[in-house]
Amino acid sequence: MTARLAVLALLGVVVVVAAPAGATDGVRVGSKSFTESYVLAELAAQVIEAAEVGRVERRVGLGGTGIAYRAVAHGSVDLYPEYTGTISRAILKDAAVESLAAIRAGLRPLGLTISDPLGFENTYALAVRADAARRLGLERISDLAGHPELRGAFTSGFLERDDGWPGLRRHYGLGLAVVRTIEHALAYQALSSGTVDVIDVFSTDGRLTRPGTVVLRDDRHFFPDYAAVLLARTDFVEAHPRAWAALERTLVGRIDGAAMIRLNALADLQGRSARQVAARFLGREVTDAEERARLIREMGTLTLEHLGLVAAALSLAVLVGLPLGILAARSAVLGQVELMAVGVLQTIPALALLCFMIPLLGIGTLPALVALFLYALLPIVRGTYTGLATLDRQLLEIADVLGLAGWRRLARLELPLASVSVLAGVKTAAIWTVGTATLAAFIGGGGYGTLIVRGLALDDARTILAGAVPAALMALLFHGLFEVVDRWLVPRGLRLVMSRHG
Amino acid sequence: MIAVRHVSTRYGATVALDDVSLDVAAGTTHVLLGSSGSGKSTLLRVVLGLVAADTGQALVDGVVVTPAARRHLIGRVGYVVQEGGLYPHLTGRGNVSLPAEAVGWSRERIAARVRGLAELAGFDEAMLQRYPAELSGGQRQRVGLMRALVLDPPLLLLDEPLGALDPIVRADLQAELRRLFAALGKTVLLVTHDVREAVLLGSTITLMRSGRVVQQGTFADLARTPAEPFVTEFLGAQAPPPELRAYL
Repeated sequence: MTARLAVLALLGVVVVVAAPAGATDGVRVGSKSFTESYVLAELAAQVIEAAEVGRVERRVGLGGTGIAYRAVAHGSVDLYPEYTGTISRAILKDAAVESLAAIRAGLRPLGLTISDPLGFENTYALAVRADAARRLGLERISDLAGHPELRGAFTSGFLERDDGWPGLRRHYGLGLAVVRTIEHALAYQALSSGTVDVIDVFSTDGRLTRPGTVVLRDDRHFFPDYAAVLLARTDFVEAHPRAWAALERTLVGRIDGAAMIRLNALADLQGRSARQVAARFLGREVTDAEERARLIREMGTLTLEHLGLVAAALSLAVLVGLPLGILAARSAVLGQVELMAVGVLQTIPALALLCFMIPLLGIGTLPALVALFLYALLPIVRGTYTGLATLDRQLLEIADVLGLAGWRRLARLELPLASVSVLAGVKTAAIWTVGTATLAAFIGGGGYGTLIVRGLALDDARTILAGAVPAALMALLFHGLFEVVDRWLVPRGLRLVMSRHG
Repeated sequence: MIAVRHVSTRYGATVALDDVSLDVAAGTTHVLLGSSGSGKSTLLRVVLGLVAADTGQALVDGVVVTPAARRHLIGRVGYVVQEGGLYPHLTGRGNVSLPAEAVGWSRERIAARVRGLAELAGFDEAMLQRYPAELSGGQRQRVGLMRALVLDPPLLLLDEPLGALDPIVRADLQAELRRLFAALGKTVLLVTHDVREAVLLGSTITLMRSGRVVQQGTFADLARTPAEPFVTEFLGAQAPPPELRAYL
C-alpha cells in the first residue's frame, strides 16, 4: 500500500508541475461578467488580433469590478472595458473625479490609464411604455413630476443606491403612487403587460430595441457619467503602441448608444456569441457552424482545464494534508490547533477566498489552484486524523511490544489500518473540488464555470447547463474513480472485515 | 526471570493493582487466575511496560521495565492476546513475519522460520496466505501464537489466549499449548479466568481479586489449604455440579 501511495503522490507532483503551464506572453484581455463587457472585450481582442501584435488571451467573465480591477492592477490582464463613473466611485473612491484628465491623473500612480470614450454611456435610466408616453406626453424625467399616479417598479440596487431612486426623487422632486422592488429580468415584462408604469433600465440594454418602451431623457443631469472606456495598464500601452493605436482608431468614438443597444440585443435576444457580435461590428461574419465547432473545441479545453485544476489541487492537498493529519494525530494540542485552522479556512466563502488570492497571486489558474487546495485540505486532514486517532488500541500495543516505531510503524500498520478513513476524506475533497472549481471562472481560472458565468450573464439556461451538467458528470466520474482507488489502496484483508460486518 | 515487586497502580480513583508481587522461574508456566476486573491483565501489561506502575517495579531478566525503557524486551518477549490480535490488513504470513521484519531478518531467514513454526504448531502453511477475516477463531489464535514465537523469545506472555474460542477448539488448543510449553521450555506468564486452563497449563498459580493477590502456589496448595474462603469459592464455582461428576 505504501508503494502505491508513493506512485499516486508522484503522479500528483507531475500534474502540479504541468498544470500552470498555461502562462502566456500574448496580450490578455479581460471582461466582467455581463453581456456588454463580454462584447466589448471581444471587440478589443479581435482588433488586437487584426493588428497582429501577437496572440490574444481572453480572460473574460471576471466576477465584478473588484476582481476585474485587481486583475488589471496586478497585471493578470492588460486591459478590460470599464465605465468612467465606476472608475471614479469604485476604484478611485472619489465621485468628484469626473473629467477624463482627472481620472487619468488619479490612475497614473496605479500604473493604469484609460482610452478616450468609446462613444456611449451605460447608465441608469427610467423607461415607460410607449403608449403611455404618447398619451401623457412623457419625454423627460421631469415630466414624471406631473403624474404622481404612476406606479414604479425598481431593481433593489437602484432602490437603495444614493445615485439611484432616493437621489433621483430628491433631485427631480418626484412622487410615485406605488414603488415596488422587481427583478431586472422581469421588469420589461411587467412594464409591457401594464402592471407597472415606470422601471429602471440600463441605457444600453438590448431589450430597448423592442418597440413599446421609451427611455426618458435625464434633462436635469442627475445620473453620473458612465462613459465606456478601455481601462489598461500603462506598461501595456507603452509596450504595444500599435495595438493601442488600433484600439483607439477602431473603437474610440465609434460605438454610440444605439449601436451598443443593437450589439447587446444581438447577444441577449438573438443568441449570438460575443465573438459573432464583435465580428459583425468589425464587418466580418462568423457563421453559426464555425461558432458551434469552436464551442466543441472550447468544451474540450474547458474539460481539460477543469480536470487539471481538480487533479492538481487534490494532489497537492493529499501531499500536504496527509502529513498534517498524521502530525495532528501525534499531538493532541497540535491536532486541535490544526483542525481549527483548516476548519476556519473552510468557513471562508469560496468566492471570497478566490478574491483574497488576487492581490497575492493575480488571477488565472494559480490563485484558483491555491484556493481549491486550501478547500480540499480539511476533509483530508480530518479523515487522516480520525483514521489514525481511532485505531484499535490493542493493535497499537502489540506494535509497541514488537518494537515497531517511526516510519515503519506508520507505513506498515497505521496508514493501512486507517486507509478507509483517509480515502473517505480524499473522496469528499475530490467531489467538493469538482464543484468548487466551477467558481474558478470568476477569477479567470477557466474550467466549466466559464460557461456557467457566461450563461448567467447572458441569462441563457442552455449555456449554464453546458457548464453545470459536465461538472456534475465529472463529480460522478470521480465518485466512480474512487471506488476503483478504494479497491486498489484499501488492503484486501480490511475489505474482507468490512464486508463481513457490513 | 520475571519478578514483580510490590506493584500498585490506579486508573483515576480505581485501584487496579494493590501491592502485587510474584516471581516466575525460568522454564515454568505461571498462571494469573481471576475473574474480570481482578487486575490480572493490568499486571501483565505492567510486565510488558505498556502500563506504568505507580509504586513498586516489574523486572525482566533483572532489568526494570517502564513504558519509557522496554527496548530490551524486543525479541525477548512474545505476546499473545485474545482472538490473536492479528492485523486485519496483513495475511497470516504477514502477521507472523512482522516481528522478524521489524528486527531486519532476511526474507529467506523469515521464510524458513515460518515454515518451521507452521510445522511446530501443526498449521497448514498454505492457510497462511489467508487474511484473518478468512480464518476461524482457532486458526487465528494459532497464527497469533506463531507470531509471538517467531523470534524464539525466552518469555511468553499470554492474555486470555483462548478466551474467545468455543469449548471444543478451546480444549484442543489447551492441550496444544501444554505440549508446546513443555517442548519449547519457555518461561510463560498466562492470564486466564478458567480454572481448568490454569490447572492444565500452570505449574504455579496466582489467584487475584480486586487488584490484590489472594493466594499463590500450586493448584494443590490452593485446593488443600485455601488462604481464605474466596479461594474455595472461586475454584468450586467452575467445577461441574456434584450430580454430573459421575459422568466425567
